Amino acid sequence: MLNRQGRPTAAGDAADTATPETFTGHKGLDLNEPLIFEIGRTDRSGVDVPVPPRVTSRLGGLERLAPIELPGLSEPEAVRHYTRLSRKNYAIDMGLFPLGSCTMKHNPRLNEKMARLPGFADIHPLQPQDTVQGALELIDLVAHWLMTLTGMPAVAMSPKAGAHGELCGLMAIRAAHEARGDARKVVLCPESAHGTNPATAAFCGYKVEDIPATADGRVDLAALKSRLGPDVAAIMLTNPNTCGLFERDIIEIAEATHAAGAYFYCDGANFNAIVGKVRPGDLGIDAMHINLHKTFSTPHGGGGPGAGPVVFSEALAPFAPLPYVHKAHGRFELVEHRGEGDEHFASQTFGRMVAFHGQMGMFVRAASYMLSHGADGLMQAAEDAVLNANYILARLKDVMSPAFAGPCMHEALFDDGFLKDTGVTTLDFAKAMIDEGYHPMTMYFPLVVHGAMLIEPTETESKAALDEFIMAMRALAAAARRGEKERFTGAPHFAPVQRLDETRAARQPVLTYKAPTQMQAAQ
Amino acid sequence: MRYLPHMDVDRREMLGAIGVDSIDALYRDVPATALRTSPVEGLPHHMTELEVERLLGAMAAKNRAAGATPFFIGCGAYKHHVPASVDHIIQRGEFLTSYTPYQPEIAQGTLQYLFEFQSQVARLTGMEVANASMYDGSTAMTEAIFMAQRVTRRTRAIISAGVHPHYVDVARALTQFSDETLLIGTPELTDGRPGDDLDWILSELDERTSCVVVQNPNLFGHVADLSDLAAACHAKGALLVVVVTEVVSLGAIRAPGDMGADIVVGEGQSIGVGLNFGGPYLGLFACREKHVRQAPGRLCGETVDASGRRGFVLTLSTREQHIRREKATSNICTNSGLCALAFSIHLSLLGEAGLRQLASYNHARAVQVAERLAAVKGVRLVNGAFFNEFTLLLDRPSRAVVRDLGNKGVLAGVALDRLYPGVAGLENGVTLAVTETATDADIDALVRGFEELLSC
Repeated sequence: MLNRQGRPTAAGDAADTATPETFTGHKGLDLNEPLIFEIGRTDRSGVDVPVPPRVTSRLGGLERLAPIELPGLSEPEAVRHYTRLSRKNYAIDMGLFPLGSCTMKHNPRLNEKMARLPGFADIHPLQPQDTVQGALELIDLVAHWLMTLTGMPAVAMSPKAGAHGELCGLMAIRAAHEARGDARKVVLCPESAHGTNPATAAFCGYKVEDIPATADGRVDLAALKSRLGPDVAAIMLTNPNTCGLFERDIIEIAEATHAAGAYFYCDGANFNAIVGKVRPGDLGIDAMHINLHKTFSTPHGGGGPGAGPVVFSEALAPFAPLPYVHKAHGRFELVEHRGEGDEHFASQTFGRMVAFHGQMGMFVRAASYMLSHGADGLMQAAEDAVLNANYILARLKDVMSPAFAGPCMHEALFDDGFLKDTGVTTLDFAKAMIDEGYHPMTMYFPLVVHGAMLIEPTETESKAALDEFIMAMRALAAAARRGEKERFTGAPHFAPVQRLDETRAARQPVLTYKAPTQMQAAQ
Repeated sequence: MRYLPHMDVDRREMLGAIGVDSIDALYRDVPATALRTSPVEGLPHHMTELEVERLLGAMAAKNRAAGATPFFIGCGAYKHHVPASVDHIIQRGEFLTSYTPYQPEIAQGTLQYLFEFQSQVARLTGMEVANASMYDGSTAMTEAIFMAQRVTRRTRAIISAGVHPHYVDVARALTQFSDETLLIGTPELTDGRPGDDLDWILSELDERTSCVVVQNPNLFGHVADLSDLAAACHAKGALLVVVVTEVVSLGAIRAPGDMGADIVVGEGQSIGVGLNFGGPYLGLFACREKHVRQAPGRLCGETVDASGRRGFVLTLSTREQHIRREKATSNICTNSGLCALAFSIHLSLLGEAGLRQLASYNHARAVQVAERLAAVKGVRLVNGAFFNEFTLLLDRPSRAVVRDLGNKGVLAGVALDRLYPGVAGLENGVTLAVTETATDADIDALVRGFEELLSC
């Protein structure tokens, strides 16, 4: 049976309609592409470099004489190689990308254009400060937006990613405790937390303990209160949490935390659900990182680079990292060393986290996004993100199994209850989504929900796109119930490759290319 | 708002399907005192594309772009020409707007370029394996120190005075709450070998040492043979970590791996990435295969699919936070994917022949400039061996000289006092880098600038 696009709808049908194998191994637009090591030559170059003037070498006799074995491609070969590779990727530009907790929203191209202005892209981090006043002003502008949107009095701009921001926050917390001689040893975070939370706390020398959850997917306030004590340095909590729910008791949680002498670190990964609607500063948090690649739409780029500025309360601001931009007498100053700059902010800094000043290229993109939306547009974006997730929840709740009662925030969480006795797992269901032309949702996270499926549509999906996605999910749920197991367990049937052997990759790691002759020699 | 597809009629229909009468009903779990019903005050409302371009364009115009001026700044970030095709390819939506390749069946494009990138980095550094990249060179270096601790089960790292001081500061900050002890060298502008503190390192190296960290070329541009140091480290059971901030040098200078390094970390910005005022950059991390299970960061590996075809996946993830949580080797959750792609494309375009030619050209131009500047009254060239960066000792504090040259439109290197405020013996030093981007006219302007300023 063929679907509307003329593709087989079940694996069993594939054999009947399969096209014959081709001579090339390509199948129409599905093109195989060898590695650069298999197509390049070490004596070919796609860059014309001038002939060096003759000088006496001053390399101290350390010339690199042995072959490096780096393949070269001419420009047409390179453009074709990477273009062919690109077509093996799914991307936001191609379709709905409902990867919960990752916020795969449209990346406006204006942001890319602005980041490439030579005045931002082609300046060196160690240029004299008089020659980069506009760049420092840009960093100050983004800092102003972040502080205003969060209602927090200070921000550290240099962390390079969300996890790096968490590290910044926890380092400041530890520095603050140590500054008053308070050697607390424990950080509490819920089992539903991103893995980076416990990893970060451990990196800062803390013992990690769980915060118990209630049956409705939120922090158990009573249990938290009873655990808080003089050994607890901080709590780390994501809000909205990783179940896609707002922590109703958050103000009480903050008050109890502070009463116990601990700090409240908020994982701001899900700030996109509340930007412009709720200021975390009004909730009593002490530190929160903001993933500019989520809320403010800087591109995910296949896994970075991101950016993770951290907003701070007055209590933690003195411990913020260097460097930072300080405005004084109408001039922007980059404060790079202890004892310079502001009297309060970073006055007892824990030090430096990055080689230079942070992710300037991401700051420009975020500024472009912020200015484009304005305070009103950001509020609308958060509302539409929440509306879209609730629409999906409402229209799938009869055929899939919501993990918790709604409303949700920006993402809808399901468990695998609806797949019970079908022989289909969450993984199989996700892989079948690939065949339907979608990137799978986040699966098996958060850990507190069995076979979790976390769907985050984002605000940049139209109603028509959501309706089509909903129909596909309903059709898959129905197929699973009908017992079309092979459709799922063999999926994906229509991707560039089938399921990959991850066990083999880990047991016999092949992490770099070796020429066939090298392979034989090694054996 | 041009990025939001919904019309009000859509919103009403969707609210109807959900069964609520307003969007704020969906925010009912937010404490009423904290829920806002109007846009945050103190920020402007939405702008057209043209308005944003004008506003940000005006801000960008206040900066002096490196390409618009005689430019000789290095010290950890280098201006190199990046072929137009690099930026074109990384802007393809399939690369730009994809995610971490957690679903390998529909991410083979990203995974294959990461595998190619890892292979290129391993060959470039002379190592066996490399990871899929890190935030920047400085964080890669700190991760190497922690990795050496895991491998050797020792907690004393020796850091040479030739390592970039910002990298040292990062290591200092990130190890302060761990049991790691750092012994850090004191930089001196020793004639012929600035920043070289090999004797001090050897005097501190013992059975408690987890690793020795050196930079080559070092912050002052000095290039050294590390073979004897590697042998000394290995004799004591310590690892040698080599930092490379100018990767183009690897087209000319013996690879750290060939000199005995156990871990090579670096800043990959020179190839493909651009200056970007310091970020995003590209941390490189390469090591010996036997230590790979202690390595931080993402790794991409080759495998086969269900039909036996070659494919690539993220692998050895049992080291990572999303599996190991508080027991992970690092809290890192991303790499610098798009920068790694830019690096890999640029290096594929260069190839070995192009990289060698580029490195050779950089070196030759730097030698020409160093020799001309050394002839200026009041200037002394400190370096013996160098690649494309060298340090001058002036007859007066360099910070004012560099600032005044900047005001004359010549960006003449980094005054060492900016990197080492108040460190005795460095205040008259200035470090300059010369790459293929400097024209004859730029070099004339630089030399003339020094002559004019130092004659009075």
